[in-house]
Amino acid sequence: MGTRKINILEHELVPQHILLSEEESVKLLKRMGVSKRQLPWILASDPVAKALGAKPGDVIMVVRKSPTAGLAVAYRYVVRG
Amino acid sequence: MVESERVTEDVVRALIEPYIHVLPKRLVEEIVKRVSSYGLTIEVARKVVDRIVGEYLNSLVEPGEAVGMIASQSIGEPSTQMTLRTFHFAGVRELNVTLGLPRLLEIVDARKTVATPIMEVYLSGEYAHNRELALEVARELELTTIENVSRAITVDYIEYSIIVELDPDILENRGISPKDIIKALNRIKGKKGSIIVDNLTIIFKTGLEDAIKLKRIHDRVRSLRVKGIKGIRRAVVRYDEKINEYKIITEGSNLVAALSIEGVDHRRTITNNIYEIAEVLGIEAARAAIIREMRNVLEEQGLDVDIRHIILVADAMTLNGRIRQVGRHGVAGEKPSVLARAAFEVTVKHLVDSAVRGEVDELRGVVENVMVGSRVVPLGTGIVKLLMLYPALQSMDSVDEELSSS
Repeated sequence: MGTRKINILEHELVPQHILLSEEESVKLLKRMGVSKRQLPWILASDPVAKALGAKPGDVIMVVRKSPTAGLAVAYRYVVRG
Repeated sequence: MVESERVTEDVVRALIEPYIHVLPKRLVEEIVKRVSSYGLTIEVARKVVDRIVGEYLNSLVEPGEAVGMIASQSIGEPSTQMTLRTFHFAGVRELNVTLGLPRLLEIVDARKTVATPIMEVYLSGEYAHNRELALEVARELELTTIENVSRAITVDYIEYSIIVELDPDILENRGISPKDIIKALNRIKGKKGSIIVDNLTIIFKTGLEDAIKLKRIHDRVRSLRVKGIKGIRRAVVRYDEKINEYKIITEGSNLVAALSIEGVDHRRTITNNIYEIAEVLGIEAARAAIIREMRNVLEEQGLDVDIRHIILVADAMTLNGRIRQVGRHGVAGEKPSVLARAAFEVTVKHLVDSAVRGEVDELRGVVENVMVGSRVVPLGTGIVKLLMLYPALQSMDSVDEELSSS
C-alpha cells in the first residue's frame, strides 16, 4: 500500500466551484447591484481557489446542493490571503 | 393542443418558464411533477402555477427582517434543553465523542482543536466489502510505535545500545514485520549507529558515549513511528448497515494523510475538525461541514431546528473566507457602536476609550437606538428611507387629474 495524490474537488463536501470570466463577473455584479467586496470572500490560498487557479479580484461561482432549494448558487470574491 | 386536453410535464414546465429564475430548482421540479399528475386542463394548471408562484413570493423573508436574531433565538432556546454529558459514539462502545451542548459550543466557537477528534473513513471498491482488506487499511491508519509492538525496550549502559524485544503476537496482529522496525530504526541511527538482528531481538548500537544522550535516544526509539499516521490513536473497523459497507472510525484526526492512503475513499472520508476541513478542502467544504455537524448535534438530541437557521450561522461564520467564531459579542467580536458595547460590559472603560479615540456612533443598531430613545431602529420597516422626487410627484398629479377627469 502506498500513498497517492488525490483530487479534493471530488470530495462530497466540496460543492462545484466555477471561475467566472471578467465579463461574467461584471455582468453578475450589475445584475445584483453590489460591488465585488460585498460578496462573500474566498481566500486566494483556499485549496479549491488554488486548484482553479483563481487570483485575487476574481469571482467564483459556487453551485451548492441545498436541503431547501435543491441547488443554490452563491458567489465568492477572491481576496489575498 | 386542444384546450380540454390534460397537461403533460412539458406543458407545465413551459408554464413555469417565466419564473424559472425566481423559484428554487427543487420547487420547480416539484411543481412540474405534482401539477402534471392530477390530469388538469391547461387553464386550471396555469391558475395553479400562478397561485404557487404567488404563495412562494409571499413567503419570502422581507428586506430588513432581523434574520440573525431569529436564527440565534431558534438555535439558542432548544440548546438550553441539551444534555451536558458526552456520549459514546453510536455503535462504537470504546470511542468517546463530544456531543450535546459542549460540541455545539465547539462548533460555533470555531475551536482549532476539538476535545474528541474523530474521522469517519469510508473505503473504496473492494476494501469496503471485505473485512480483511478493511482491517489492513485500519492498520495503515493507526499509529504504531516501536513501544506498541515490543515486550521490552531496555538500555544497555555498558555497550551503549538499546535492546528491543519484539512481541510476535502483536507483530502479526498489526501486520508488521521485524524489517519494518529496522527500517524505522535506520531513520534515526545516524552515522555511528548499527543494528544487529537476532530473531525477535533487535540490538541497536548507538555508537554514543554519553549516558544522557543514550537515555534521550531510548525515549525516541520507544515513540518511533513504524506504521500508521501521526495523530491517529486508534482505528476501529465497523460494518455500517445503512450503506452495507465497512468503514473505519478513528480516534484522532489527520485528514490530509488519511485521504492519500490507498483503499480510503477520498470522496467521502470526513473529520469532525472543521478547521482541518477548511485547510484541506476549502472554505465551502467547511461551511458544509458546519451545517452537517450542527444538524447532527441537534438531531441527536432530538431537537427540531429549521435547517435555514443553521445555514445562516454557517454562512456568517465563513463569510470572509476564514472561519470566524460566533462568540458572545456576535460574529467576529466587536460591535461598531460604542453605546452598544458600553451597555454590555465595563461601561466606563468603553466610553473613555472611545472618547480618547474620537469614535462616532452611527446609531445603526437596536441597543443604541433604544438608549437614545429614537423610535425608529434600522430594522424591518425601519430600514426603509423615504425620499421624494418632486418633479416625479408633480407629473403623477397630472396623471391623476387626467384619470379623474376622464
